[in-house]
Amino acid sequence: MSTIVSLPDQSTATLPKVSYLNKEYGLKSWLLTGDHKRIAILYLISITFFFFIGGAMAGLIRLELLTPASDLMAADTYNKVFTMHGIIMVFLFLVPSVPATIGNFLIPIMVGAKDLAFPKINLLSWYLYIAGGILLMTALISGGVDTGWTFTTPLSTHYLNTHVITAGLAVFVAGFSSIFTGLNFIVTIHRMRAPGMTWFRLPLFVWSHYAASILMVLGTPVLAITLVLVILERTIGIGVFDPAKGGDPLLFQHLFWFYSHPAVYIMILPGMGVISEVISTFSRKRVFGYTAVAFSSVAIAVFGFFVWAHHMFIMGVSNYSALVFSLLTMLVAVPSAIKIFNWAATLYKGSITFETPMLYAFGFMGLFTIGGLTGVFLGSLGMDIHLTETYFIVAHFHFVMVGGMLMAYLSGVHFWWPKMTGRMYPEGLSKLAAVTTFIGFILTFFPQFILGYLGMPRRYAAYPPEFQVLNVFSTAGASVLGVGYLLPLLYLTWSLKYGAIAGANPWQATGLEWQIQSPPLTENFVETPIVTHEAYDYEWLAHKTEHDEVETVG
Amino acid sequence: MDSHALAAQTSETGHIEHAHPPHLRHHFETVEQQREAASFGMWLFLLTEIMFFGGLFCAYLIYRNWYYPAFVVGSHQLKIWAGTTNTGVLIGSSFTMAMAVYSSQVRNRAALIGYLLLTIVLGTVFLGIKGYEWHDEWEHHHVPGLNFSVSDFVHTSAAYPEDKPLPLDMAEKTQVYFSLYFAMTGMHALHMIIGVSLLIILLAQAWGGAYTDGHMTTIENFGLYWHFVDIIWIFLFPLLYLISRHQ
Repeated sequence: MSTIVSLPDQSTATLPKVSYLNKEYGLKSWLLTGDHKRIAILYLISITFFFFIGGAMAGLIRLELLTPASDLMAADTYNKVFTMHGIIMVFLFLVPSVPATIGNFLIPIMVGAKDLAFPKINLLSWYLYIAGGILLMTALISGGVDTGWTFTTPLSTHYLNTHVITAGLAVFVAGFSSIFTGLNFIVTIHRMRAPGMTWFRLPLFVWSHYAASILMVLGTPVLAITLVLVILERTIGIGVFDPAKGGDPLLFQHLFWFYSHPAVYIMILPGMGVISEVISTFSRKRVFGYTAVAFSSVAIAVFGFFVWAHHMFIMGVSNYSALVFSLLTMLVAVPSAIKIFNWAATLYKGSITFETPMLYAFGFMGLFTIGGLTGVFLGSLGMDIHLTETYFIVAHFHFVMVGGMLMAYLSGVHFWWPKMTGRMYPEGLSKLAAVTTFIGFILTFFPQFILGYLGMPRRYAAYPPEFQVLNVFSTAGASVLGVGYLLPLLYLTWSLKYGAIAGANPWQATGLEWQIQSPPLTENFVETPIVTHEAYDYEWLAHKTEHDEVETVG
Repeated sequence: MDSHALAAQTSETGHIEHAHPPHLRHHFETVEQQREAASFGMWLFLLTEIMFFGGLFCAYLIYRNWYYPAFVVGSHQLKIWAGTTNTGVLIGSSFTMAMAVYSSQVRNRAALIGYLLLTIVLGTVFLGIKGYEWHDEWEHHHVPGLNFSVSDFVHTSAAYPEDKPLPLDMAEKTQVYFSLYFAMTGMHALHMIIGVSLLIILLAQAWGGAYTDGHMTTIENFGLYWHFVDIIWIFLFPLLYLISRHQ
């Protein structure tokens, strides 16, 4: 069943007089705000800043790999650059990207609440993020760190003379920012839902954030204690991971990946939430198999905790545990596939339109599927022995993280940009950016699958000359990708002042956030909404626009 | 109503029309909802704390299985009277904290202040005894990395003559025991220091008349934190002090 809705005429739309953006003025009103929407904007700005720093590091890596010799930078500088690229992108961009910006902005509105349950803790989480960012920049400026983003012991504890402690502290502090965000989301989703907003009326965006929050709350503290032990081992020399004192470096691997594998689901789940909203809106259809998609998010969160040792197949874990973890890894592919199939089924016989968010969503579906399937290759024991620590791994997780998550993030930013700012982005340019990003991405990372299969190891500044052609492709692709990321930065900034005025519901979407003005009031809703319809009910929307406003409680 | 009318109406009337109970934050509907949210949030936070200490307990479990003899002699070097006293002190402080929450419920300001003060005193006593123990272990060269010596473990101990001296390779493994001992008691003490600091703030606020006017969510949630830190110790005490003490 699909309903064709014509988009509203935006030429008559006007900006509301009062919104969260102009209720108060001045730097202080932003830095001491409790408003989840303002904190989301703070996050958006700071995350963008760190994304471009991390991106510049990626640019340097690709530039170095243009030629087989290590000529642009020395090998240890190269190590520092890829380490910083990894730490920034994982902990300061991917983990907070969708949840802390779009999620922060939307979760209270989607459940029909005025704010997150703990506004001060929400602000604290931003300050912790900034403190982590400053610490990491300190490590970078004072000479860098070259452990790789994994802080592998005993390399990180014994053999390096770089700023491991500062970088470790940075990740520790940024981790608490993530814990507080997750905690806030869980409490908000449990306790702050509006009357009539039952669990199965929640948008799938909320479900996926709920699942990601569980991972943040349960996984991150384990990373925290692991980093504390690494720092203690480096400073005073306790022996929990030190083989000379009886400790076992493999234990570090177990503890680290106990967080860092679920962390990839922290990164991808919120993106999947974005895709559900976008696919449904631009096919004018309820997401096919709503319940299955909702529970697949939770299933990913649960299974995600039991697969960490597939990062350690070549590190000396026993054959039996490798076998079990390999099988469990296959299991995670099931809920991910459920999502992809259900989105495809949502598109089937939908009234599809190709707005920018939808283009990014299509990019996500294709690239995430490739990334996910190659993950299954890597989860099978024999293949993993051949492919691990090669560029195949690099290509695999960039397909999931950049092709998947970054596409989803950009999809979400474009989709909700009119809601956040009240103005539209330029449609033509943004479509160009979406296509550029897709082409640049494929060109950058597809050759790396082949390179990895042929045996080019990751984390080296130099490589044999026969790999050069594919590396040149990859570097050329990275330049295109760079343009694809700079474009949105430019035109979205431009649109803040010159963009067309969006109106409350430019996409004719059904979510509660689209039933209020754009940009929203500080309190979100004038009166608490009563929810009487299911999620993605386009008939309700068509009926509603004939009559009047959302039903409200006095 | 269009967005302009909505905006105009809000800016004129705001949400002043609702008679808010004091302490009800604007984004909650009812006091009950606010209380439930705060308490739920606290329990979730404690869950993260369990995972935080869980990493240490996991390491302990593995190494104790691997190096049991080293863990036994390491454990026998600890002062059991100090550990036992501290266990009593902490259980006592949990009692005074529970009484503080009760005093807050029955709105007895003097009792609240008294019990908070007692909790602070007991918490400080605990940290004092812990500090004394750490100093003692430093004196005996039991701190891995800084001044560790295996000599106590390759010779017969006067306190435990039944403990056979360990072969050198197993004696070296006592470093893992003491690494875990310092990491676990250190992280626990850090939580105690944070707890005592928060107690001092709560005490100052209670002095000013807070928490005895019906709003006691903060005191209740802090009580949960304090009991949690106690429970961690209840696990640490037997795991670290009481390994094979029956010999």
